[in-house]
Amino acid sequence: MWQKRAIALVILIVGTGIGWYVYSSQHDGSRPFKLGLDLSGGTQLVYRANLDAIKGGDIADSMASLRDTIERRVNLFGVSEPIVQTEHAGTLAGTSEERLIVELPGVTDTQRAIELIGQTPVLEFRMLKEGGEATATASSTTNELFEPAAITGKNLKSAELQFQGGTGALTEPVVVLHFDAEGTKIFAELTKNNVGRAFGMFLDGVAISVPVIREAIPDGTAVISGGFTPEEAKELARNLNYGALPVPIELISTQTVSGTLGSEAIASGIFAGIWGLALVAFFMILWYRIPGLIAALALSVYVIAMLLLFLLIPVTLTAAGIAAFILSIGMAVDANVLIFERTREELAAGKSTREAINEGFSRAWLSIRDSNISSMITAIILFWLGTSLVKGFALVFGLGVLISMLSAIAVSRTFLLAVSSEERKGITRFLFGSGIRG
Amino acid sequence: MFIITQKNIFFALTGALVFASIASVAFFGLSLGIDFTGGTLVEVSYDGTRPGAVPLSNTLTDAGFKDFSLRETGENGYIMRATTLTDEKRQMLPAVFSYQGGTAHVERLTEIGPTIGVELRNKAILAITLVLIAILLFIAFAFRKASEAVSSWAYGLIALITLLHDVIVPLGFFAFLGYLLGAQIDALFVTAILTVLGYSVHDTIVVFDRTRENLRINSERGRKEDFGSVAGRALSQTITRSINTSMTTLLALLALYILGPESTRIFSLTLLVGIIAGTYSSIFLATPLLVQVEKWRKNRKK
Repeated sequence: MWQKRAIALVILIVGTGIGWYVYSSQHDGSRPFKLGLDLSGGTQLVYRANLDAIKGGDIADSMASLRDTIERRVNLFGVSEPIVQTEHAGTLAGTSEERLIVELPGVTDTQRAIELIGQTPVLEFRMLKEGGEATATASSTTNELFEPAAITGKNLKSAELQFQGGTGALTEPVVVLHFDAEGTKIFAELTKNNVGRAFGMFLDGVAISVPVIREAIPDGTAVISGGFTPEEAKELARNLNYGALPVPIELISTQTVSGTLGSEAIASGIFAGIWGLALVAFFMILWYRIPGLIAALALSVYVIAMLLLFLLIPVTLTAAGIAAFILSIGMAVDANVLIFERTREELAAGKSTREAINEGFSRAWLSIRDSNISSMITAIILFWLGTSLVKGFALVFGLGVLISMLSAIAVSRTFLLAVSSEERKGITRFLFGSGIRG
Repeated sequence: MFIITQKNIFFALTGALVFASIASVAFFGLSLGIDFTGGTLVEVSYDGTRPGAVPLSNTLTDAGFKDFSLRETGENGYIMRATTLTDEKRQMLPAVFSYQGGTAHVERLTEIGPTIGVELRNKAILAITLVLIAILLFIAFAFRKASEAVSSWAYGLIALITLLHDVIVPLGFFAFLGYLLGAQIDALFVTAILTVLGYSVHDTIVVFDRTRENLRINSERGRKEDFGSVAGRALSQTITRSINTSMTTLLALLALYILGPESTRIFSLTLLVGIIAGTYSSIFLATPLLVQVEKWRKNRKK
């Protein structure tokens, strides 16, 4: 008896403590909830990667380097906490697809975001064919004059604008190319064998620069000079960086939510959550009296436990996730209701409150277990199949079902037993009764 | 229990409800949202008052937008649905919606490619099928030792029939809502339906569970009792719980519907309707059907 009361007290104190922690961590912003783009505002872009040119084994590698490339590009533009991830999708339709998902919090100009990622896909290097006229190369119509070089855009790590000492005292803008380890080897070989030949750089099939190889370059760092204005050199470097994508990508879906819409959704979500909790608690106390009050307490513990899990896992909260949470507040008391109804029957049979509670719990358990399993099945299937929107719902919903079951069998039971007594009539009975008749 | 003795009345009522829902779907039709068809959804809000739909529509047509539809939203906004945008069109969105004295802000822009739409449609159908099958199997398994009177598969099948009811009624309601408010079926709608399935079967299981328990106690004590009255007793033992649980869920959903974010409003309304339908079916359809099945079985044995 006193043991139960002590445990109940501990649960209350720990619950309050965690509640305080969750509240203060939001208040001082030390550990904020992770918000989805629909709440924080921002843009999500989904690209399909065209892997036609890639052999089977290289797909994972290509996607990884695609992700790195885009990530670098996004970071260059100073977006805070961007997410760039690859996804293997579409197994249901028979054909599978590799996708790239880019999330840019705070960016609400979709067109700018798309430009930021850069749609210009493939950078190619081609060698001028033997006997070709190097002067006519700046035009794209002369593609036939070139043949593919051994090195590809995939091997280019980065390009940058630099200023070097040129003729006279003036410094001259040049573009410096950095190749990766593999590229360095190929490029060294290529330049050694082709001194004097024109080396064409093509973006989307258009020549952007056609320098002539002057000497063998063994260290993977090539310098293109040739009377650029700083503007031209900067543009060339940017084009080379943009083009350094291992695979072409195609935009297949965008989603942008403004910050105002997002913060409105958060505010109304919290408001609805508090009212939902209050209404449910009020109803429970009105109908089930003391057990109802306990259910309301257990519900508060449930809410705090869920919020803590959101922080710890961490769960990315979306509007659908908040909806799932509020829905789960309504459903979480179900196990309590089952137990109370059972307890009431036992009380009616003339048992003491404590006996009735123990009996009520053990009899309600089967129903609670079976019915929660069906909700879990739904949550798992939703999570397994869903888009990010549905996944957000399913995760919170599934978590809610699990935690509410635990809170009913552990928390409510402890609380109930802590306030129960051996009495068989009087005020205790009334308080443990339910409904309108008492 | 009057629900059992008067079960034909409730069968008729359920039949009428299902018929009305199917008629609603047939009459109003279901419109699929861009989640499934692919396309673009733009939500704009205005600093001042919003322009009229007709002049705005003309402006959009002049700017080269085709096959779009406009719907007012909130106090001073519009939602436009259109086909996929080109870069140029996307760029001009804020400008083309703005008019003299009212600057437009793009609050939400969603573009979905057709392949993603098809993929999501397949996934949705698969998810609903999987949930139904999983629930059928689970109930058949959970009730495998239920009783001599009705096989565990009958419990599962009846649960499935009540679930069909719980899907059809919100669908019918949604078709009407689509006609009234231009609501479209999206990924959240499918989520709502699946949640209702899980919730409603939950309700049905509790009642069936009680029937099973009553049967067991009867056989332990060697008591002979008509199956109809056993099931009726189970129903009256669980009806308060069914209604109270629905009440708390409905209260939470009501808070979400009235006070919650705009983006989940139709979602919570679908859930509200679905959960009412689910509670109704688990009380007035599942157990009466169970009694009916038992009756057929007994008649066949004779």
